Amino acid sequence: MLSRLPKAALSIHHVAAGASRQAVRSGSVRFVSTGAPTSNAFQRALNSRAALGSAVLMTVGSVAWYTHLYGSLPFIGEVHASSPAEEGLHPPAYPWSSSGWLDSFDHSSIRRGYQVYREVCAACHSLDRIAWRNLVGVSHTVDETRTMAEEVEYTDGPDDQGEMFQRPGKLSDYMPAPYPNEEAARASNAGALPPDLSLIVKARHGGADYIFALLTGYVDPPAGVEIREGMNYNPYFPGGAISMPRVIFDGLVEYDDGTPATTSQMAKDVATFLHWAAEPEHDERKKNGIKAIILFSALTAISLYVKRFKWASLKARKIIYNPPTGKNMH
Amino acid sequence: MASFSTTLYNTVFKRNSVYVSTIFAGAFAFNMAFDVGIERFWSHWNQGKLWKDIRHKYVEAEDAE
Ligand code: HEC
Repeated sequence: MLSRLPKAALSIHHVAAGASRQAVRSGSVRFVSTGAPTSNAFQRALNSRAALGSAVLMTVGSVAWYTHLYGSLPFIGEVHASSPAEEGLHPPAYPWSSSGWLDSFDHSSIRRGYQVYREVCAACHSLDRIAWRNLVGVSHTVDETRTMAEEVEYTDGPDDQGEMFQRPGKLSDYMPAPYPNEEAARASNAGALPPDLSLIVKARHGGADYIFALLTGYVDPPAGVEIREGMNYNPYFPGGAISMPRVIFDGLVEYDDGTPATTSQMAKDVATFLHWAAEPEHDERKKNGIKAIILFSALTAISLYVKRFKWASLKARKIIYNPPTGKNMH
Repeated sequence: MASFSTTLYNTVFKRNSVYVSTIFAGAFAFNMAFDVGIERFWSHWNQGKLWKDIRHKYVEAEDAE
């Protein structure tokens, strides 16, 4: 209808030139110059200036509303001060085995991912929010976890004398950080701070897809792109220049379940591990989701039925009023 | 049919104490059955990915030492 209106509006002049008497008689402009019988009220309303005006208003309003909500119009090119390269390449959507609504994490993958984190990433990245006990029943047994914790020395105290002392780790201790503080971390990484990885999957657009793409995405910079000394080119990192070098190479770790430790395997495993670290409630959440959907659908169905049941007698009844006749009415 | 509803009325609805107890017991039983059912579906759907599917590998290794 929108495409018709401007054309119809344009043809006003032809009609007016044709000096149709009916145009005058109908009280508004007629757009058809044949001698057709007077158009009905609906058509007149459709062709009126008010219709044109309101359609224009509708269009302008919708566009204004859309741009207010979403910022820009679709299918129309935009000019940005920053190029897409500066925002980083969007990672592809990888087929994670936990992607589906009913899919749990792959716990073997979490276990392998922990190994990659421990042997590779933990040299630079902390994992503050994960305690040893969190691994129990997820990727490791209690005994394994306790052994791993005991290999780490923690400072505890003060004791009776007010002294701090060293003790082996316990299940309740949190993962040890590679650096004592942020300054030390920056000093060892050419000024860049390796972020804590506990919530990194939630903290980056693309989540686990981004982590995987980042870890496997190191390439030579394209012609014309200058990368400073000590920086590395990675198209997935916003700006393209990242301080973290490529850290994952084929065969870097040796998995105890015999899985070949290829680059992509390790990247997948560590991304799965970090996804779990950011969302440890994931499996339980999905299981509860199934229950909630079943229960709430049943309850909805029941309440709809009860409503119909209760209303049935009200809706089916007929109220008849017999106006009083006869003389013995007061 | 009438006999069924009569029986139902006589056994469940007639006394409030029985009625309320039936609701409580029913809720308890339903909850158990529902949880067991969902858990069974979940383990079947995600077979091989869950901790309980891989736990034996590591627990036995510990015992063997
Ligand atoms: C040599 C030290 C080092 C190692 C090892 C290392 N990283 Fe990093 N990582 C860094 C530094 C430094 C940064 C900060 C980069 C920047 O801001 O330019 C970083 C940043 C990151 C980021 C954040 C990128 C962003 O979008 O801000 C992620 C995710 C990450 N590393 C994951 C990992 C994972 C997973 C591993 C293990 C496979 C790992 N890193 C191993 C030093 C390291």
